Amino acid sequence: MLKKLQAPLAILAELSHRCPLSCGYCSNPVQLVQKNKELETDNWLRVIDEAAEMGIYQIHFSGGEPTARKDLEYMVEHANKRRMYTNLITSAVLLTRERLKKLKELGLGHVQVSFQDTEAENADHIGNFKGGHEKKLEVAKWVRELGMALTINAVMHRQNLHNAKDMIQMAVDLDADRLEFANVQFYGWALKNRAAFMPTKKQALESKTLVEEARKKLKGILVIDYVLPDYYAKKPKSCMGGWARQFLNIDPEGYVLPCHAAQTIKSFKFDNVKDKSLAWIWKNSESFNKFRGTDWMPHLCKTCDRREIDWGGCRCQALALTGDVGAVDPTCEFSPYHEKIFGSASEESHEEAPEFIYRLVSNKEEEPIKK
Amino acid sequence: MKERLLIKNETKLVIPSHVRFGYNETRKEWVMNAPERTLYPDKIAVEVLKKCDGKASIKMIGEELAKIYKAPVEKIVEDIIPMLQELADKGFLKEC
Repeated sequence: MLKKLQAPLAILAELSHRCPLSCGYCSNPVQLVQKNKELETDNWLRVIDEAAEMGIYQIHFSGGEPTARKDLEYMVEHANKRRMYTNLITSAVLLTRERLKKLKELGLGHVQVSFQDTEAENADHIGNFKGGHEKKLEVAKWVRELGMALTINAVMHRQNLHNAKDMIQMAVDLDADRLEFANVQFYGWALKNRAAFMPTKKQALESKTLVEEARKKLKGILVIDYVLPDYYAKKPKSCMGGWARQFLNIDPEGYVLPCHAAQTIKSFKFDNVKDKSLAWIWKNSESFNKFRGTDWMPHLCKTCDRREIDWGGCRCQALALTGDVGAVDPTCEFSPYHEKIFGSASEESHEEAPEFIYRLVSNKEEEPIKK
Repeated sequence: MKERLLIKNETKLVIPSHVRFGYNETRKEWVMNAPERTLYPDKIAVEVLKKCDGKASIKMIGEELAKIYKAPVEKIVEDIIPMLQELADKGFLKEC
């Protein structure tokens, strides 16, 4: 256990799983929460009160697509009144300038717009939304005109890494404050399409060098956050800054999760904000305590110098790839699964990319394409 | 394309509207919140940041702090510029 349990720094509020895009690498669960089960406005406002009282600093409104909720304005306003820092993580395609202006007036500080590529045709193909790219460019400009901070959120993979340099330039041209250059993570729906999105090792390494050079060149102009491609790493990432250390995630139904993929861990009982307070859940929920700190770790992790750097990496990935949620994250070069799993991913990346399955409700029963 | 802000004696800094700086009563600490970043300025940084109002230049801030800490202005300015430069590079401060 941690010596003293601190309140989390931020909440990821997944307001809705509904989304106008259907990206094949969607990290939301395979089973989505339906609209009629979404947490009601009053419950969200109460959760915001509880979060502010705990001393939580930031709230990220996410989804699915958070702007699919007509009551987003109430939540932004309320969080701002409670002095929380508000961030909107959006695909942007449903936004109007008027609504964005209203959100700004209600206290929205930061908008994070996702981009699927720099070429409109391919971007629209990846997101399965015609005209999406053009709309996103327009919304990004509005964000800056209205004086809010702008992050370009770019999920990078085999089908767009050839435009990595242009993606960085696009963020500069849009006057973004920050670029999230995120190599695709294979959770939830994304795992189904792994072969279609897995970059070659060469692609992944070249883009890493590109980002490192751009960071130096663009110091003071653009902040670039880089999310490692797990499959070519030797050390695991500090997933969520460590399990139940800094973040919590609330799904559209009100279930409180240590990370947005945690529901893949079927053996856990998750608590809901409709039944328990946020503070109670943070402190007592089985799902939070299970992997908090270092006591739970397998011997290899417990005796590793990096145990309080990566906090054992990603539990959901350990489960998805090894079948054991408590196993060493296979991203780690010392995991017995490392070579086999990442070797097969690398092989996949050199074969012809299969068509990916869009994230559509009608596709929920589809079998994974990956071998 | 915008250029990197290089902080000099005459630069007047302000905290942008999308960065939130203040004291948190629950946690009993000073904090700066910005996109996906939470920063905890130390005691001196807090004093400096409070004075970044868009009107005072770095030199003026240095002069005020020199009185409080009874140290030469030049030394104070030399100490605070790198700290402010780092914050500006991350987008926590901008020129007024």
